[in-house]
Amino acid sequence: MKITKEISLGDVAARSEELRGENMTLNMGPSHPATHGVLRLSLELDGDKVVKCDPVIGYLHRGDEKIAENMTYNQFVPYTDRLDYLAPLANNVAYAIAVEKLAGLKLPPRCEAIRVLCCEMARISSHLLGIGVYAMDTGAWTVFMYTFNEREKLYSLFEELTGARFTTSYTRIGGVTRDLPEGWLKKVDAFCDGVLKTIDEVDKLLTRNGIFLERTEGIAPISKEMALAYGLTGPNLRASGGTFDLRKDKPYSGYEQYEFDVPVGTKGDCFDRYLVRMEELRQSVRILRQVVKTMPGGAWYAEDAKKIFLPPKAKVMTKMEELIQNFMLVTEGPQIPAGEVYFEAENPKGALGFYVVSNGGGVPYRLRIRGPSFVSLSILPAIVPGNFLTDIASILGSLDFVMGECDR
Amino acid sequence: MDAATLLSRFPATQDLAGKDMPTFRVAGADLLGAVRFLRDEQGFDLLADLCGAEWQDRPTRFGVVLHLLSTAGKEYVRLHVDAVADRVPSVASLHPGANWHEREAFDMFGIVFEGHPDPRRILMWDSYPYHPLRKDFPLAGLEVPLPAADVAEVTGQAVEPAPMMGGPFVSPGGKLSEGEPSALDQSWNEQHPKA
Repeated sequence: MKITKEISLGDVAARSEELRGENMTLNMGPSHPATHGVLRLSLELDGDKVVKCDPVIGYLHRGDEKIAENMTYNQFVPYTDRLDYLAPLANNVAYAIAVEKLAGLKLPPRCEAIRVLCCEMARISSHLLGIGVYAMDTGAWTVFMYTFNEREKLYSLFEELTGARFTTSYTRIGGVTRDLPEGWLKKVDAFCDGVLKTIDEVDKLLTRNGIFLERTEGIAPISKEMALAYGLTGPNLRASGGTFDLRKDKPYSGYEQYEFDVPVGTKGDCFDRYLVRMEELRQSVRILRQVVKTMPGGAWYAEDAKKIFLPPKAKVMTKMEELIQNFMLVTEGPQIPAGEVYFEAENPKGALGFYVVSNGGGVPYRLRIRGPSFVSLSILPAIVPGNFLTDIASILGSLDFVMGECDR
Repeated sequence: MDAATLLSRFPATQDLAGKDMPTFRVAGADLLGAVRFLRDEQGFDLLADLCGAEWQDRPTRFGVVLHLLSTAGKEYVRLHVDAVADRVPSVASLHPGANWHEREAFDMFGIVFEGHPDPRRILMWDSYPYHPLRKDFPLAGLEVPLPAADVAEVTGQAVEPAPMMGGPFVSPGGKLSEGEPSALDQSWNEQHPKA
């Protein structure tokens, strides 16, 4: 009696359709620690492979564009802090330049240099956080501590400059709120020394780390064509091989005076995105050193900005003209000529764009904010499927987004 | 950028003589052709931004504004499109990145993008009844029905209150409550102190 039946392995492959289980729908977020904010991913899984990814956003929607249409240009400055709240100084600068273009203001070199300093410090602050939490997403805790230590020093510098650690609101349309404090540039220089050491340390901890490499190398590669098609900018575009950097290609605020390199990746995977940010940190330090060395003297606000700035308090209390001007600026806002302008600045997360339409008067008719994080997230449905569920933390961290700017 | 070819190939196009970048008004029917021409022949390979707007000086109430960037030529171009009967063709087939921007313009203004692959709201929830960036929508917001029936059953609250009603900078829709002083509350002042 023969009861054995020969089963060839080929049979199993042929039966793959019938062996297939049901797909599972999994909800990730809106407050999952790896989503870096209130982002919800509605996932469809086949086993632990992602078949479909549908990001659900809007949990942090404040209606910034609606709010902007109902207040004066000066009043909107603090709202820009809360876009990319990891680099508020850079947002302040982008908004100020957009409105200045509309108003036709020309800024003195000292003000531009101060702004470059602000932008690059914001970039360092944002990238330090981005890399620190990325390391944590992929299972390394120490790096986060190292980078946060440096950020703490940065925040102390911000505090001395702007009076606030987090929501800086430092720029004004036509200038900045106040001049650099005495001896502050020396402290920035000292910070540069320290942060370079930390960057080297992080480099040694992560770049050759086996676990980190396995979780990032070859994961979710984005080709250059795809990055351009989805409108990616900033480090995410450059990791994919695009070379476009607004600081080099459309210089603003005097960036053309400074020497720096633009790091570009080759494969566009998570590891390349990490490498690009690491190198950008070093380049930012390089820019900082040049600005500190060549900081020009003179005025830190544009001459014409006196029609936009609030007059000094002492004069408001004693002089008639200043009192009237103060009253007009607060109630009606600075008079900006009619027209439209679109300006993008190279922010840590990518190009932050402001499209401002003015009908004349002190309130924008339409103010559109183009958040780079919004654009970075829109590529998720295209790159996440095909990866494992565990890779999602790695992919999200590598895109380095912030929901305040995505949902506005 | 070659403005002459764009104008001759799409005769309905108007040159608006933009101050910060070349600006054109393109007819809705020409939009896909113009964007394809700019992308394939003029190197405008990146859709920097697409947004809706409500105009007061145009024959159509809504319009769409596109900003295209040429990464090689390092220049921008701006396209204005009027939304005739609130409809504009979708450019998501040419620039996949337009997908979310168009969803947002629909969400905020109610502009319908013809041929859009996924026409849903994006920032507000799916059952939200209004388009909040329209000029007739109040800054304070409007009450809306709660999307979750089970929550409404437990809390006894069937509506989501207007988010900023009674807050600062907002003109109140009705009478403010007594316990809520605000800059716009005229019911009490130095002469008539609050009880």
